[in-house]
Amino acid sequence: MSRVTALTQLENESIRIIREAVAEAERPVMLYSIGKDSSVMLHLALKAFYPLKPPFPLLHVDTTWKFKEMIHFRNETVRRLGLELITHTNPDGLRDGISPLIHGSRLYTDIMKTDALKQALNEHRFDMVFGGARRDEEKSRAKERVFSFRDAGHRWEPRGQRPELWDIPNLRRNRGESFRVFPLSNWTELDVWRYIDQESIPVVPLYFSAERPIVERGGQLIMLDDERLELEPGEQPQLRRIRFRTLGCYPLTAGVESAASSVAEIIAELETVCTSERCGRLIDFDQAGSMEKKKQEGYF
Amino acid sequence: MPVCSDMLRFLACGSVDDGKSTLIGHLIHLTGNLPDDQLHVLEAESSRIGTTGGALDYSLLLDGLMAEREQGITIDVAYRYFETPRRKFIVADTPGHESYTRNMATGASHCTAALILVDACQGVLPQTRRHVLICALMGIRNLLFAVNKMDQADWDEARFRRIEQECHRMAGAAGLLANSRCDLLAVPVSALQGDNLTALSDRMPWYGGATVLEWLESCTAEEAAADAPFRLPVQYVLKGSNDGRGCQHDGERWPAGCDGRATWRSYAGSVVSGRVRVGDRIVILPSGVETTVERLLIGDRDADSAETGMAVSLVLGGEHDIVRGDCLAHPADRPEQAGLFKVRLVWMDQQPLYAGRRYLFRSVFGTIEARISRIRDRVGLDAYQLLAADRLAQNDIGEVELSLARLFPFDPYSENRETGAFILLDRVSNATVACGMIQHPLRRGSNIHWQREDLTRELRAGLNGQKPCVIWLTGLSGSGKSTLANCLERMLHDMGHHTMLLDGDNVRHGLNRDLGFTEADRIENIRRIGEVAKLMTDAGLIVITAFISPFRADRDMVRALLTDGEFIEVHIATSLEACEARDPKGLYRKARKGEIPNFTGVNAPYEEPLTPELRLDTASRSVRDCAEDIMSLLRQDGFV
Repeated sequence: MSRVTALTQLENESIRIIREAVAEAERPVMLYSIGKDSSVMLHLALKAFYPLKPPFPLLHVDTTWKFKEMIHFRNETVRRLGLELITHTNPDGLRDGISPLIHGSRLYTDIMKTDALKQALNEHRFDMVFGGARRDEEKSRAKERVFSFRDAGHRWEPRGQRPELWDIPNLRRNRGESFRVFPLSNWTELDVWRYIDQESIPVVPLYFSAERPIVERGGQLIMLDDERLELEPGEQPQLRRIRFRTLGCYPLTAGVESAASSVAEIIAELETVCTSERCGRLIDFDQAGSMEKKKQEGYF
Repeated sequence: MPVCSDMLRFLACGSVDDGKSTLIGHLIHLTGNLPDDQLHVLEAESSRIGTTGGALDYSLLLDGLMAEREQGITIDVAYRYFETPRRKFIVADTPGHESYTRNMATGASHCTAALILVDACQGVLPQTRRHVLICALMGIRNLLFAVNKMDQADWDEARFRRIEQECHRMAGAAGLLANSRCDLLAVPVSALQGDNLTALSDRMPWYGGATVLEWLESCTAEEAAADAPFRLPVQYVLKGSNDGRGCQHDGERWPAGCDGRATWRSYAGSVVSGRVRVGDRIVILPSGVETTVERLLIGDRDADSAETGMAVSLVLGGEHDIVRGDCLAHPADRPEQAGLFKVRLVWMDQQPLYAGRRYLFRSVFGTIEARISRIRDRVGLDAYQLLAADRLAQNDIGEVELSLARLFPFDPYSENRETGAFILLDRVSNATVACGMIQHPLRRGSNIHWQREDLTRELRAGLNGQKPCVIWLTGLSGSGKSTLANCLERMLHDMGHHTMLLDGDNVRHGLNRDLGFTEADRIENIRRIGEVAKLMTDAGLIVITAFISPFRADRDMVRALLTDGEFIEVHIATSLEACEARDPKGLYRKARKGEIPNFTGVNAPYEEPLTPELRLDTASRSVRDCAEDIMSLLRQDGFV
């Protein structure tokens, strides 16, 4: 009796999804957010089209508020693999100086992430857009299809999703309509780390524990990544051994205290941990049904 | 070789309010898969919006859409992931409500086991039967019936045994229809209080079988596909060429993995059944060309063989024209190819299915035009008996005959879940209107050959000095179709052309006098007119028709019957107000008084042509001018 591991099954299914989407696409693109899920998705894409390179560019929506180490890692990855990278920042937001610290996470996310993404997709007329989102991250994501239809305004209609039967996706669309494709839909956080371990996939060092300068704000550990984060009265910067479970924009992504400084240690930590992954993502909690609303408006 | 997986995909299904989400949520908690922060949120939400009177309302863990939480029902599938030391689980929590059957089918199509909830107080409901049928037809052989809410049924054994018996009868009948045997177990549970979920309950000492978790951990996720013959639908052709200096055409470095070859060509796809080895002889369908597997890549590594489920790419011997959708198989064990099938459908569209309509058929082997040539029967939910039917309504399950535009490779669904499955798409809206399972091919298609006629339609038309066509006038009642048709025919006749006019008077009273005005009859009416018009074009005639023909799909059906370019759709776009003001037969007046049901424009829709060959408004112009417009179109396109 042969035994197929869950990880092998997930890997093969994801490659099948990536190939299917590209085969049906006119202009495919991969949203590359630099995090661990993007790293795994990119690794799968490299396998899917080996020995040739994936026939699509990477797109990074740069809010200008990413951790410095992330941008460094992004540039290094693109150079090492010889891939095409498109970066886009919302010029209106840049002009108006939209900041998560001044304008709040909700407006900031709308303008610098959702609007920026839509601008980039419209400009390049991408019709099949890969994203690294997983269903176990959040309740409304748990409801989304692998091949998720978007109307010409990039909106998601959660109550009227197309049925998705077997591995026969219906990818027919009219001009302007598009699909968001999530090859990692069925992966869990642990699967992602176990696969990173198995395949020795490089990830941003921020995932590993190290002494980093932080302040405690609203019960969360916020890292001081550059001088834009101004200290509030009474706040004392301190060095703590922290790591990040997810990586977003730095003032909106909190670290967790941890001693896990290798992939193996992270896996061991996750196997016993009692909190969920996105509890450090402040934007998930800024309104009721937060993620679903953002997604309906075109957020990933 | 059975493939035992350490991952099980199962769905939770059953009628609305039977407690699916509650059971799954509770199971996730009891197996230690609920993080503390989610538990805290759940505690807060349960007391605020829960429906369990302060106790944890586990359904809130899964009903993640705002509308679901507001209405307290599940609308779409939620996927949850949990693991125990024995296994990983992917669970699809599916909606019980009949309106969302398509979402339940979505969940079921990916699963190998089903957990079916039955409310102990209500017993088996019609929607339970529908779900069991869909599970069985989709090939799910592991069925667990969780007889829920035993806490509200006094933990009564007799009640449980009655339901258990009914479950056995139901699964037996469904299995018979699906031609497969189901392994099933019924467990009495309380999803809310956790009895018999992960530990045997001391409140039901009379039950000594497996708990829900034990069953899930032990049921065989055995996939028949591994034993089936090798099939690989080509998903993507990987090709590139080296310019000789180690560079690809776009200036990139030629990848090292290409071994310095001048060109690279391999065929990427997933082994959907069986296994393939390097050196195997394989056949490419539909072309039938045979070749050999020279190299096999799994990801970025060379391999000697690949099993079911592996995403591979193959380098084949020789140069062949192989495209996406082609099927690779072993020559001695190749799939059949056919163009006419008996299939089972789960109909998902709000518009019912009628025979004669055209759709796009999509399977792992690609997309092709298809037509439902006949509806054979509908499956009744009481005993899964076959009932005569001339249509399938939304959520009906039935058996139909389906014909494809050309021969297509397939396996019966009972032998192969991947190559025997398909979906049907609406050609205009792009919606998925049905999912289907191929039962077997029908031979009739290949046995009836068209009568060879020595005299061709071109010869007949030539004798008349004209090119045959159908001028299809469509528009509201009173729009002026018949008047215009008469005027046009007169003009053509005067010019010496051979014509025929079909309208309500000469069709409804003769050929179609057995048809009424139900939707099915209206479609059949148009279909017959289309067939008659086609025969007349074969005879070389210019045919003019004047029917309201309100539905786009029906007009498109006629267009598809005819040779390309011979269908000239003319929309008489007289406004409803103008038609109603004319009201030559007093029909609008009657319809407004409610004396005529389904009167187009008043209480039935008219779907305007989106791209007619010609659009005319008779309100502002004379009949003669309108007829002239049609004449100039005919001249321009060389018909006269």
